[in-house]
Formats: sequence, C-alpha cells, structure tokens
Amino acid sequence: MNKKLLLAAAGMFTVAGLFAQKTTAKKAAPKGKEIYTQYCLSCHQPDGDGVPNLNPPLINTSYVLGDKTKLITWVLKGTTEKVEIDGQTYSNNMPPQNFLTDEQLASVLTYIRSNFGNKASAISAADVKAVRATVK
Amino acid sequence: MMKNIKMKSNWLFIALLAITTTYARAGKDSTATSAPAAEVKADANNAGLKLPAGFGALKVADSVNGARHIVVTEKGDIYVKTSGTKNGGGIFVLHVGDNGKLQSKEGFGNYGGTGIAIKNGYLYASSNTEVFRYKLDADGKVADPENPEKIITGLLDRHQHESKSIALDNDGNIYVNIGAYSNSCQEKDRTNGSMGMKPCPILDSAAGIWQFKADKPNQTYGDGARYATGLRNVVGLDWNTTTNSLFVMQHGRDGLHDLFGQYFDAKQSAELPAECMYQVKKGDNAGWPYIYYDQIQQKKILAPEYGGDGKKTGGEDAIDPVVAFPGHLAPNGLLFYTGNMFPAKYKNGAFIAFHGSWNRAPEPQKGYLVAFVPFKDGKPSGKWEIFADDFAGGPEFISPAKAKHRPCGLAQGPDGSLYISDDKGGSIYRIVYKGK
Repeated sequence: MNKKLLLAAAGMFTVAGLFAQKTTAKKAAPKGKEIYTQYCLSCHQPDGDGVPNLNPPLINTSYVLGDKTKLITWVLKGTTEKVEIDGQTYSNNMPPQNFLTDEQLASVLTYIRSNFGNKASAISAADVKAVRATVK
Repeated sequence: MMKNIKMKSNWLFIALLAITTTYARAGKDSTATSAPAAEVKADANNAGLKLPAGFGALKVADSVNGARHIVVTEKGDIYVKTSGTKNGGGIFVLHVGDNGKLQSKEGFGNYGGTGIAIKNGYLYASSNTEVFRYKLDADGKVADPENPEKIITGLLDRHQHESKSIALDNDGNIYVNIGAYSNSCQEKDRTNGSMGMKPCPILDSAAGIWQFKADKPNQTYGDGARYATGLRNVVGLDWNTTTNSLFVMQHGRDGLHDLFGQYFDAKQSAELPAECMYQVKKGDNAGWPYIYYDQIQQKKILAPEYGGDGKKTGGEDAIDPVVAFPGHLAPNGLLFYTGNMFPAKYKNGAFIAFHGSWNRAPEPQKGYLVAFVPFKDGKPSGKWEIFADDFAGGPEFISPAKAKHRPCGLAQGPDGSLYISDDKGGSIYRIVYKGK
C-alpha cells in the first residue's frame, strides 16, 4: 500500500516536472518567434528560407547550426561584407542586433536553431553574455 | 593553361560551325524566297506562363544559370550575361534551331555581371566594376572572345546594388547604373531609427546613372559624367528611340515599417514606396535618399530618415515618375518594343521584367511577372497591366527562395519575338504572337 502510494506520488511528481518543463519551453518558443517576427523575418522570410543572393537562409546552414560563439558574434555585430555561406554568396548588409538583451538574443537564436527543420542545441542568456563581453 | 587550350579549341569548333551554318543558311535563303521562314511553335503549355490571348511562349533553353540581361542578334543568336561564371564563361551565346530551341551553347568572358547590349557592331557586357566590348563579325558573332576592349573600369562595388546595367544612345554614349551601397543613406544602414546622412555622401560616386563614351578605352569616374542622380538602384533601363531619351526603372527603398515603425505599419510598408519608371535627362535628380514616391497619395514624400512621417512632402527639385508600380516588385528589365510581330497596341510600349518581391513580408510576396505599359508619342497612354505571369510556378511558390523562375532581362528578336531571361531557374523564354 505504502509502496503504491509512493509510486503514485513519484509519478505525479514526474508529470508535474514534465509539465513545468513543457510550460517553460512553450514560454520560450513564442518569445523567440515574436522576436524573430519583429526583427528578422522581413529579410530571412517567414519560413527562414531567405532571399537568394541577398539574405542567407537559416535552414540547415553551418552558420546557424554550427559554433554558438560564431553565431552569437555574427548577430551582435552584423556585417557590411559580401558573405559566402555553404558555397553561395549573399550581398545585403545585416544591421547589428546588439540592442537586444541577452535573454532576447538567447530566445531568438534558440528559436532559429530549433525551427524551420533545424535541430540544434539551445543558446542561453549566459552564452550570449559571455560572447557579448568579447565583442566590441 | 588547360582551360585556355580547351576554350580555344571550342572557339575553333564554333568558327567551323558558324561557317557551316552560314552556308546552310545561304542555301536555304536562295531556295526559300517564295515561302516565309518556318515559324516557331509555342510549347503546349506556353512553357507554364500565363499570357494574353493570341500569345504563345516557348522555352528556348533551361540551363543558363544566373541568366541576367540578354540580347538577340539579327541572325537570332542570343547572348546572355550571367551573374556568375561557369567553366570560365560569364557570357553565353545560344544558337537555336528553326524550331526556336537551343542547339548549342558556348561560354566566354570570365566574369560575372548583369549588363549586355549590342550597338554599332559591338557587343557590350559589364561586370560589377567594368564594362567591356567585343567586335561582332558580319554574322553577329563575337570575333575574338579572348580579347575584349575594356571601355570602363574602376566602378564602385560595395556588395549592395552592385550590378552595372548598361544602355547606349545613338550619339556614341553608353549609360551605366551605379547603385547606392545603402538602403536609405542612414548613418547605420538598415538599422532601426538611424537617421539619414545629410548631405548623403553616396551621391558623389553612386546612386545615379553615369555617361561615358562608347568607344574610348579605360574610362573611369573622371572621364565620365554623372548623368542623373538620386536613383537608389536601377537594374532595368533602355534608350527610347521615340523620345531619344533614357528611361530607367528604380528599385525603391526597403523597410519603412522595420526602420520607422512609428509611422508605417507592415501593410503600408509592403505597398510603399512605388517602384518608379523615370524618363531621365542630363542633370535630373530623382530624389533618393531624401524622398520616395507614394503611388497611393501620388506625391513625393519626405523620407523618415530626413524628418518625414509618411505625410510630409518633399523633393521640389526632384523629377516625377512616368509610371509608379506597387512597392518592392524589383524591376530588373526594361524594353521598349519596336517590333512588328505583336498587335499595334504594343508598338513603342514598355515591357518591364519584375524579379519579384522579398521586402513585402509578412504580407504575401508578389510580382514574379512581366508587365506592359502602352505608350503613345513617348508617354504612357494607358494603365500598366500584367503581360506574362506565373513564373514563380503557382501560388505556393510565391517567395524568392521557392520561386522556380524569376524574370530578369528582356530582348527583342529580329522577327519581333520577346525574349525573357530568368536568373533563378536559368530559363530563356520566347514570346510569340500567334494571331487571334
């Protein structure tokens, strides 16, 4: 009887834990999407597939799925150079997004790394903070 | 080294082919005096295009990657300038058979670019910094593809609006677009709320049309003249022989909502500003970056970077557009039709190849089409209309990355056919009129 109760309690605890986790993820996702829609979408497009020769796609590209530090630096600094990504060149300027907070950048970068068919690890506010400290 | 040898042997082959073709044509001409030349047939589905009644389309070729501007010789060969190079070729000459379909394709000119034109026995072609010309022989073929004359050099290429489109007049001049390396001359390009530089320093060396001599080698900024200014970026332009003047299509500015959301919502930003056709004369100013043209209010409006709010007007010294199209459709080709194949309505009118939008998101993208504007006595005589549509491939493809084809260049064939290039799918289309 005691054992059963314990199991049930443990089960409930796990469910509650999962639920809590799920709500946090759900909370983060809309925030990332919201930031993407406001600051990124008009160039990188609703599906993240970009504009050929101008604005790079965010789908399955080494810049998005690869090294976190490189991606964070890129978004903080922007570029005025022609960029070659995975064999294609893109010529439009990207303005620096350094006005976004660490939390906002973490949400939007996590969003792009886990949407549009991408499956890469999350980026935390601490990750952004650490990189921001090195970027002038 | 190997490539050079290969290129040379290719050209020997073309020379032989040219001689053979010439003989073949001579033979055919002498026996065909009583019968008209074989007419090309449209593809069964008009190559996937939607056209006005009586017109048909065929796909001449579907493998010319990055096909930008095009020109057709008197003999019906098509020269295509490509945005990049393939096997050392940045210009491709397409020979077509009597059915209008590609027979052979040869490349030369080892540089990517956009502009191409034929004038007074020369083929002109541009990279993003230079303009070259190649002497044509009596058959309209480039005689020495390895040794062009460099006519213009040292033009600015700062990775934004970098293509150098060209047009020639009848007085020995060539006109080159030098696009602004900026969206709206903000202190920080494309940055929310950043104000415009005043005066805009870009106007000295870009954001206009420069005029050079068509036959003088190695000219650069000091040798030419800034013919017209205040043009953000022009890709489609053509010399109009009725008015004896230059007409250009400007790509209007992006991001009114993104950059100044306090004055513009996303819907307004998708429609504004107009993509403008201008007739430009020497010394004209079209007003960029200080103003833009609002086709709904039909006014020149002060840009928000310079104190505008979407309502304040400006640009008293700037010219008005001849035609104003919806925003962001990206007009990449302009051609005044002087042929005799199409019905009278089309004579001397303007065809415009729209590349299709990207800066209308989150509103749906549009404009993957060729438009037409009727002209009479050098002025528009009616509203613009869609001439050829469905390049993208259907409603589900109407976005820049998904679109199957994007119109870019236009050319008129010796029989009056209209040719359209596509730099997304590499297709060359030919539009013919089949009668009622």
